[in-house]
Amino acid sequence: MTEVDFSSWSCPLPLRDYPTVVIGHGGGGQLSAELVEHLFVPAFRNKELEALGDAALLPAQTGRLAFSTDSFVVHPLFFPGGSIGDLAVHGTVNDLAMSGARPLYLSAAFILEEGLEMAVLGRIVERMAAAARDAGVRIATGDTKVVERGHGHGCYITTAGVGVVPEGLNLGPDRARPGDVVIVSGTIGDHGMAVMSVREGLQFETVIESDSAPLADLVALLLAAAPGVHALRDPTRGGVASSLNEIAGRSKVGIALEESAIPVRTDVQSACELLGMDPIYVANEGKLLAIVAPQDADAALAALRAHPLGRQAALIGRVTDRHPGMLVAKTGIGGTRVIPMQLGEQLPRIC
Amino acid sequence: MKYLTEFRDGDAARKLAADIRAQVTRPWAIMEVCGGQTHSILRNGIDQLLPPEVELIHGPGCPVCVTPLEMIDRALAIAARPGVTFCSFGDMLRVPGSEKDLFRIKSEGGDVRIVYSPLDALQLARDLPGREVVFFGIGFETTAPANAMAVHLAKQQGIANFSMLVSHVLVPPAIRAIMTAPGNRVQAFLAAGHVCSVMGTWQYPPLAAQCHVPIVITGFEPLDLLLGIKSAIAQLEAGEARVENAYARVVTEEGNKTAQDLLAQVFEVTDRAWRGIGMIPQSGWRLSEAYRDFDAEVRFDVSGIHTQESALCHAGEVLQGTLKPSQCPAFGLQCTPRTPLGATMVSSEGACAAYYHYGRFTSIEGMDAVEAAP
Repeated sequence: MTEVDFSSWSCPLPLRDYPTVVIGHGGGGQLSAELVEHLFVPAFRNKELEALGDAALLPAQTGRLAFSTDSFVVHPLFFPGGSIGDLAVHGTVNDLAMSGARPLYLSAAFILEEGLEMAVLGRIVERMAAAARDAGVRIATGDTKVVERGHGHGCYITTAGVGVVPEGLNLGPDRARPGDVVIVSGTIGDHGMAVMSVREGLQFETVIESDSAPLADLVALLLAAAPGVHALRDPTRGGVASSLNEIAGRSKVGIALEESAIPVRTDVQSACELLGMDPIYVANEGKLLAIVAPQDADAALAALRAHPLGRQAALIGRVTDRHPGMLVAKTGIGGTRVIPMQLGEQLPRIC
Repeated sequence: MKYLTEFRDGDAARKLAADIRAQVTRPWAIMEVCGGQTHSILRNGIDQLLPPEVELIHGPGCPVCVTPLEMIDRALAIAARPGVTFCSFGDMLRVPGSEKDLFRIKSEGGDVRIVYSPLDALQLARDLPGREVVFFGIGFETTAPANAMAVHLAKQQGIANFSMLVSHVLVPPAIRAIMTAPGNRVQAFLAAGHVCSVMGTWQYPPLAAQCHVPIVITGFEPLDLLLGIKSAIAQLEAGEARVENAYARVVTEEGNKTAQDLLAQVFEVTDRAWRGIGMIPQSGWRLSEAYRDFDAEVRFDVSGIHTQESALCHAGEVLQGTLKPSQCPAFGLQCTPRTPLGATMVSSEGACAAYYHYGRFTSIEGMDAVEAAP
């Protein structure tokens, strides 16, 4: 099998006959096989995938396996700082990492809309392959279906992943204890506002880039430096507010944040002000929240800040035995506010 | 962001709060008119900086809250039609009509879209000549100029497939209605700064004089609000009832003359029902005769739709400050943010929704001393 140069991606011969995805690409026949052979296999390149069995055969692991799945329907497919391909890898890798696992293998299932340009699919797959290499995971098995034009948004991707959790490590949203500190690994709200700015055709003076990134290395550094990490969460949909509400609820503790300590980029804050949105509810794709025993707070912060993805890590709050189940924040002027779970997605406000 | 952070300074806020504490000698009830102000008060915890004598009553100035049920049912009826593309500001989509909300209509196949400006809806009308594009024009004097401009341009450019469902409301008649309502407790108003940036302050002196009530034009950032409250308390303590502009960096006496001229051309004053309060005479705008062709109520013949509000809902008394949300028999039982009976429970800054989240909070012992993070 020859290497495909994805930097200037063009379809090899059999695919070139089809500049767009057709129904047959999901039909299990020759067209499907060509898609696998000329696109997925050369891009993802690993021996588990190349065996092309009905199932990928993976070596057995010792210890506990972490297993997670996530679906990606982001629109537009490409946005500043990332694409649906990056997200599909980072999302599942990060879910695994939050359990303390070292991510190993992913599956990828594509639902393509008839008429999607082959070159666009090529770019998505290229981004996925690069993201998987960065994250140290192998995309070992996959599937493709094609739906009729008008029945999808170009491309949906579902990934599932497995990883190995080191012996003796127990992280969980029910393990926060009063006195623990809350640490965030960097600025919040970048991804959500990046996608919103392109989706809604809002024109800001600066381009807000998504923070989409794989967090497993960062987690490994953190856990090595701070054994007192009790819980990890990647605050994706619903943002920091949802993740911390969930931890407060599951652990039956209160969480009190210091709002002025939460890092938010100026352009993200400005965009939020303009739209009447609150960055604490906005999605992140390359950040983690850590609940850490107080004696390990400094070590945890130092470990995070030593990694490029954690340079702006900050201590943003504490776990308390007061107001169990509730997330509150001390505001910039010294008041307090409750930060409830949102009912649905955050909507731009009229005034 | 500098223009905002300056007005969120913690030290300056505490100093203003200390000034207010030093001034106040007895209990006063002040109503902030605008939903944006309510949001900022709760978002920043401004009420917690105030001495116990100062009570803030959340007024009827959330446009989402006061849009009558009937108008929402009309919106739903229009949005459900094939061939209609219905455009709205985002937070209107979750407001329940008598059976559904716009999200439901969308899930059932209606073409419902969130836009950020009525001019975006007008552009959609240009882009989709085969469809009827309807914009839900709600809000106070603040959102009205852009809505007026959209209709004006549609007429000027002959964009016949554009129309607007208008449910505009006006601040001064609402203040008068509250002051003359039996059992009124409001002793001073923080008038909505952004409304006044359009309309100026000239409408308010007669109101302050007739109702003998201090009216302070107030902004939205923490320092703006604290300054407004401080001015109101100073007047109340001195027995005065004047119009004062505490938002002079934005508001002038005459306001935005160009906008006012356009509003006078495109809209005419009409009686308007307010959700939870009922009919307030001469309290709204509808499209004037010259622009009636662009009135979605007429075009889609929905003015026959009439809806009764829930008898269980006491939103009107809440909006007028005579009932605390927690005193409503349906509060937290039949009526929650998931199953709202009135719009004050729907909008995140609606008084009832705020109480639902924050009231639970303040009723928990020891919560007044939330542990600060290091």
